[in-house]
Amino acid sequence: MSPRLRGILFRIAQAIPVVIGVVIIGFVLTRALPGDPAVYFAGAAADAASIAEIRKTLGLDLPLPQQFLIYVGDLLRGDFGQSISTGQPVTADLANRLPASLELTLVALLLSCAIAIPLGVMAATRPGSLIDHACRVLVTAGVSLPTFFTGVVLIYLFYYLLGIAPSPLGRLDFIYIEPDRITGFYLIDSALAGDGETFLAALRQLVLPAVTLALFTLAPIARMTRAAMLGALSADFVRTARAAGLTGRTVRYTYAFRNALLPVVTTLGMVFSFTLGANVLVEKVFAWPGIGSYAVEALVVSDYAAVQGFVLAMAFLFVALNLLIDVTYTLIDPRIGFEAS
Amino acid sequence: MTLTRRELLKIGGGGVLGAGILPFLKVLPAAAATDDVIVGVHGQTINSLDIHRTGTNRPSYQVAVNCYDRLVSFGTKTTPDGGLSYDYSKIEPELAESWTISDDGLTMTFKLNPKAVFQDGSKVTAADVKWSFDRAVSAGGFPTVQMKAGGLVRPDQFTAVDEGTFVITLDRSSKLTLPDLAVPVPYILNSRIALANATAEDPWAMEYVHKNTIGSGAYKVVRWDPGQQLVYERNDAWTGGPLPGIKRLVLREVPSQATRRALITRGDAQLSFNIPNKDAKELSGDVKVFSTPIENSIYVVGVNHKFEPFQDPDVRKALAYAIPYEEIFQAAAYGRGNPMWGGRADIDSIDWPRKSPYSTDMDKAREHLEKSAFAKGFEVPFSISLGQTDWMEPTALLIQESLAKLGIKSEIEKIPGANWRTASLVEKRLALHLEGFGGWLNYPCYYFFWAYKDGHLFNSSNYRNEEIETLVDETLHLAVDHPDYAPKVKRMFEIAFEDLPRIPLWQPALNVATNGATGYEYWFHRQLDARKLAKG
Repeated sequence: MSPRLRGILFRIAQAIPVVIGVVIIGFVLTRALPGDPAVYFAGAAADAASIAEIRKTLGLDLPLPQQFLIYVGDLLRGDFGQSISTGQPVTADLANRLPASLELTLVALLLSCAIAIPLGVMAATRPGSLIDHACRVLVTAGVSLPTFFTGVVLIYLFYYLLGIAPSPLGRLDFIYIEPDRITGFYLIDSALAGDGETFLAALRQLVLPAVTLALFTLAPIARMTRAAMLGALSADFVRTARAAGLTGRTVRYTYAFRNALLPVVTTLGMVFSFTLGANVLVEKVFAWPGIGSYAVEALVVSDYAAVQGFVLAMAFLFVALNLLIDVTYTLIDPRIGFEAS
Repeated sequence: MTLTRRELLKIGGGGVLGAGILPFLKVLPAAAATDDVIVGVHGQTINSLDIHRTGTNRPSYQVAVNCYDRLVSFGTKTTPDGGLSYDYSKIEPELAESWTISDDGLTMTFKLNPKAVFQDGSKVTAADVKWSFDRAVSAGGFPTVQMKAGGLVRPDQFTAVDEGTFVITLDRSSKLTLPDLAVPVPYILNSRIALANATAEDPWAMEYVHKNTIGSGAYKVVRWDPGQQLVYERNDAWTGGPLPGIKRLVLREVPSQATRRALITRGDAQLSFNIPNKDAKELSGDVKVFSTPIENSIYVVGVNHKFEPFQDPDVRKALAYAIPYEEIFQAAAYGRGNPMWGGRADIDSIDWPRKSPYSTDMDKAREHLEKSAFAKGFEVPFSISLGQTDWMEPTALLIQESLAKLGIKSEIEKIPGANWRTASLVEKRLALHLEGFGGWLNYPCYYFFWAYKDGHLFNSSNYRNEEIETLVDETLHLAVDHPDYAPKVKRMFEIAFEDLPRIPLWQPALNVATNGATGYEYWFHRQLDARKLAKG
């Protein structure tokens, strides 16, 4: 077994206590929330007897430790429980909604990186120049405009006034049928099916929300790129490289940029995890059936199973993401070891 | 219920829409896609296709209305603003062709329409009706409570005499029974399909009916993506009424109000259900807006009798005179609905909701407060629900401001939606709060039963008055034309306005915007009844 593989396995093993912790905390926190799902779901004209009946159906009349054991037993069998607010198994909900959120977030981040990283590099190489100021303005605007506001403005401009954008009705206009499910990502699934039309339709729906999110995530990435690049450019090894007569381009990209990437990747990981959970407002404005709005809706009605499922799914995702980032570090900087020690 | 792309193309435009013209569709707005498809938007989630299931939320009730029939239905009337409304005074046949009620009112015999068929083509029989009624009274929770309101409690009350005759035996004669058969709950399912999908743990096929519509109604659900959309398709074999004017209704869930407003104004959606009062006011003119006052419903200030100062009648009256009604009606309701203040002092009719005899008068308010034991004022928490801030917040702020002038200090406490029902209705622990009960069955005694009787769910004020207890019990099942009914109901109104456990503010309205759709009809259940919809 190669040391890298062993390192990865070790990291996965380390994640086990984290997941156990999340299971316990998720359970306790949902129960600690105010609100009584039995009352909520008993409906408009419920009396005490029917509330009690519903409490029993939902298994909420049992003592907490027993509820926890049942929950863990179900989890071990891969059963996340039944969401009361959507009426579906939580696993089915997550399987539908997680790809929707991931697709949106990934496209937004790609877009944001494509703009922010070059911008940050250019701003750092010419500090105080026009492009540096432009970068600052864009970044400030990006952070200071809340996403729901940008979203509504974009809809107003491009859909309502100009009529260029399609109806903000979620992932696909109703006249299209979603592509056969392979990954759950409409862009990938329709491309795999060779269905160019649905691909374009899905892409058109994606543009406005992705731009909204990208505008918001530009700021930390551009700022971090600029700062890291400035640091790297003033480092000793860059001066040495320049003194050795390497071209400006080689110095900038091969030496300085590669070293500046580490903090950028770290920021990217943080921005990704933050965005995935926090793009609720974008999801609401664009009727995007994502995981953020799912969690919020579930929380509002004390839908225990759904909230726990969301927390767990996010925990798994973060564990995977951190692992990915750590592996990326070793690729960027060979000095970073990945040993088990 | 899965639908392939090919099938959609076949049925999508009633055969007109072929694969050949599909590429052009993407440059057309959705509205122009086909002539007989309506796109509707709403802000809520449909979480089940079965109204009998535990946890089915209110927006899902519309599936019971659109995809199933009941024995009877209500008639239709025209509202003052030119829209349609159901007519509580007329009971009409739906699955039942005719019915008779015995002289003692205890036996109801229904003859089923022999032409009525389920969507799989099989005939609707009395056995299906019996099975469906048994299911409703056995399911527990909301459906069982609603059945009980009409005196329908046990399976042994229902008999399928022969294929086309169904008999209900009642323990007591009640005017509530027949209208209760027309609410969404007692819908008729195809018992043969249901039983084929029932299991020992699930004898009522809850899991199957949750995801499939097996009725005889005007539509069937051909696609349901929870959290995204519901697609109805017309059932051409429907016998319960005139066929809907559209082939399909695509109902999309759009959580953001701003987005829904953009969609309806642009005409990409032809119907926006339950729009906020503000939008209703601002949009009327651009698109057609129907604002129908919700029958038997009042937004009120709840004055909890457990809270010491509110046990003093003068304090309650001071409150009623101190409320800035008109300002609230404009700021919170945008003038939609009906004012419920400034009515005449004598009770001249049994119409309900009815204007209270109070109106804003700070001098009278001070007078009453000075007469009370709390002349110097007091402090009281004012609770509102975070889930209903659209009307509760402006209302509470205006009342707070006005009460401060009397020396009554109130701090506004916002309670999260999940906790609101528990705190206000179940524990009934909120001293001063807002409440908005509406009764499905449109009788004043029914309203009083839920909202003024001690211990009943919507009596969030812990009010108890022995005379009201007796009067409600006496009138609840009494026929409206009985000579005792009107005097007793008038007496209830008198007591309610004198004791003021609930101070009426206004009768809220249900707002619906259409742009390219006709035939919207208001129903007491406040969900979309799509059975009369047409393009245009």
